[in-house]
Amino acid sequence: MSNVKRGYIRPLDLKHGHIDMTHGSGGRAMAQLIEELFLAAFDNEFLRQMNDQASFPVPAGRMVMATDSHVVSPLFFPGGDIGCLSVHGTINDVAMAGAVPLYLSASFILEEGYPLADLARIVESMASASREAGVPIVTGDTKVVERNKGDGVFITTTGVGVVPHGVNISGDRARPGDAIIVSGTVGDHGVAILSVRENLSFGTSIQSDTVALHGLVADMVAAVPGIHTLRDPTRGGLATTLNEIARQSGIGMMLRETDLPVRTEVRAACEFLGLDPLYSANEGKLVAICRQEDASALLGAMRAHPLGQDAAVIGEVVEDDHRFVQMETAFGGRRIVDWLTGEQLPRIC
Amino acid sequence: MCLAIPARVAELLDNDNAVVELGGVRKEISLALVDGVVVGDYVIVHVGYALNRLDPEKAAKTLQLFAEIGLQTI
Amino acid sequence: MKYIDEFRDGELARKLAADIKREVHPDKNYGLMEFCGGHTHAIFRYGVQGLLPDNINMIHGPGCPVCVLPIGRVDSAIALARRPDVILCSYGDMLRVPGSDRVSLLKAKAGGADVRMVYSSADALKIAQENPDKQVVFFAIGFETTTPPTVVVILQAEALGLANFTVFSNHVLTPAAITAIMGSGEARVDGVVGPAHVSTVIGSRPYEPFAAQYHMPVVIAGFEPLDVMQAILMLVRQLNEGRAEVENEFTRAVSRDGNLKAQGLVAEVFELRKTFEWRGLGWVPDSGLQIREKYAAYDAEKRFELPYQSVDDHPACECSAIIRGVKKPLDCKVFGTVCTPDNPIGSCMVSSEGACAAYYTYGRYTGA
Repeated sequence: MSNVKRGYIRPLDLKHGHIDMTHGSGGRAMAQLIEELFLAAFDNEFLRQMNDQASFPVPAGRMVMATDSHVVSPLFFPGGDIGCLSVHGTINDVAMAGAVPLYLSASFILEEGYPLADLARIVESMASASREAGVPIVTGDTKVVERNKGDGVFITTTGVGVVPHGVNISGDRARPGDAIIVSGTVGDHGVAILSVRENLSFGTSIQSDTVALHGLVADMVAAVPGIHTLRDPTRGGLATTLNEIARQSGIGMMLRETDLPVRTEVRAACEFLGLDPLYSANEGKLVAICRQEDASALLGAMRAHPLGQDAAVIGEVVEDDHRFVQMETAFGGRRIVDWLTGEQLPRIC
Repeated sequence: MCLAIPARVAELLDNDNAVVELGGVRKEISLALVDGVVVGDYVIVHVGYALNRLDPEKAAKTLQLFAEIGLQTI
Repeated sequence: MKYIDEFRDGELARKLAADIKREVHPDKNYGLMEFCGGHTHAIFRYGVQGLLPDNINMIHGPGCPVCVLPIGRVDSAIALARRPDVILCSYGDMLRVPGSDRVSLLKAKAGGADVRMVYSSADALKIAQENPDKQVVFFAIGFETTTPPTVVVILQAEALGLANFTVFSNHVLTPAAITAIMGSGEARVDGVVGPAHVSTVIGSRPYEPFAAQYHMPVVIAGFEPLDVMQAILMLVRQLNEGRAEVENEFTRAVSRDGNLKAQGLVAEVFELRKTFEWRGLGWVPDSGLQIREKYAAYDAEKRFELPYQSVDDHPACECSAIIRGVKKPLDCKVFGTVCTPDNPIGSCMVSSEGACAAYYTYGRYTGA
């Protein structure tokens, strides 16, 4: 007589198991993966309904939607991982419109052979980030690709939010005379990533700054509803973001190198590798552009928030048909802060 | 041409390597090209190798030279 | 950061700028060549040119090993990388340099070649130890600063008895390059800002015959912008006084003899090539290094068939003239339009310290 309980299904082996093709085939194995891993971690009223979509009422105001795919390598780095990064990144994109983020979706592309233990870590990190931010993951998708056709895990998150009336924040609204403000030290995330990547390791105390910024943004919008532009300088660093805004708004910028907040360790790491912190990625910082007369109030609101304590005015918007972002160097000379060319590679020359 | 930075020798390792430190960042490099390096020395580091020791006295003198220049008259 | 921040001080920069202004003769023109690409980069990145008086003209020299590597040699590296049994290890600087047909190592990698970026020659050696079933080739470039690190791994490979590690040597020599430029007599160069880190290895002595022969003052400058300005001031003084000496501004790291240990190691493993092709300078005798017969087992050019094909520059490309200090980036018809850092036609635009890239990235607002 069998001792096995009726209806017993062997649970996922989260310690030693691996992703295989059955997890993406739509059958029982996939359902189990979703239920025991994703639903268990993200648990909320929407997911519990087990539909292919989530349904919710929409508050009054303009809706905002943003999406981001995450292919970061390595998947785990000091201060974070691809999981929390994917949650923070999309929440931030929504927040940069001045919007309150409401819901997230998450879709996974998993590579055959990827260890379930690592996937569980990533999912738990996402769940944690989502809970902390107060933005639930309400729907998602899972696919599996053959070995060597992925990089372990790719995650795409989409977020929706609502912008309150009277707030109109956009990249094309920067105007000559506006103040350019950054919320904290730049280049941290890029250096944290480099510190783990093969062949470029060095011991530092740099952590990625990945964090959800919607709380900071809410305070900022409350203090200065007329903010012109908000953007988070992710890939390509602060320089790339400022150039994007300059192009969108048809203006130029003049920065002051001495006012740029950069951690000493980030500066040092960049010296070793011949990199420029201006081009190193950030995942927990934002750029704000507002009228000069609002700068003081905005800065005050930012510095009062834990995520904006190092906020600083770093320059001004100027008229410029060429749309150059220029900088007065600490040395006293002047240079352009150009677009990033390709990926910033360490150099020996 | 040659990107190299001055870093402080923080620790000597076996196999002719050392850990150098700059601004809080630590990196393991090779001492195969220099002799007699001790902890506390500053070395010029290029592509993971120490090329030379930096002379602190001469460095101080050079800085002094910059500062004094302004006081000289032709 | 000690020994870095002090040499970037803005106050001292203003003082030095004022001194330079005071000491230049108003009716004299000073054509000063900064040989080293690192100095070119520093000048643009810190905006040094803007602090100098108008009659000082900085001419950007060929001290950029990426810029002077001919297309044919890049093609050879790509050919090596494309071999299925090879892992090609390269410094970051070379990855985007276009060879023939605009193919670069990065593009070859996208096409399936196993190309790995390394920060140090030691990384390449490690890759060889970790992949015994592959042939690992280290794409070695650089002037005298970068040659000793290559030598160390060749000797280590020999000590380990590695059978799968070779070096594709493209190491070149500074004095030969400076002489070739002066010898051509084209550029109006009055004085030379000598390279910082090359000189820590070779010392200041090798520049002495050159200074004597061409009656050309040379001041070896440290890497930081204050060093460069101080060296400019010292050159101005020499020119005003009619002197042509080798002076050392970078006393904290450069001696007359240089690093004898490193020089000895280089001499053990490398010997002069009879001639070597330089982009912009053509074939220059005694200007390149090849691995000695004794270490032939670690020479990629001996292990692999690498037929060398000399390839001309794109007809519109002015890199050759720019490297020789005869033209400026703005003189090139394709500068900033067809040829940009994103789509480089010539190597002056690819390397971040090539004159064109430096000018485009940091300084093109001045010409706008």
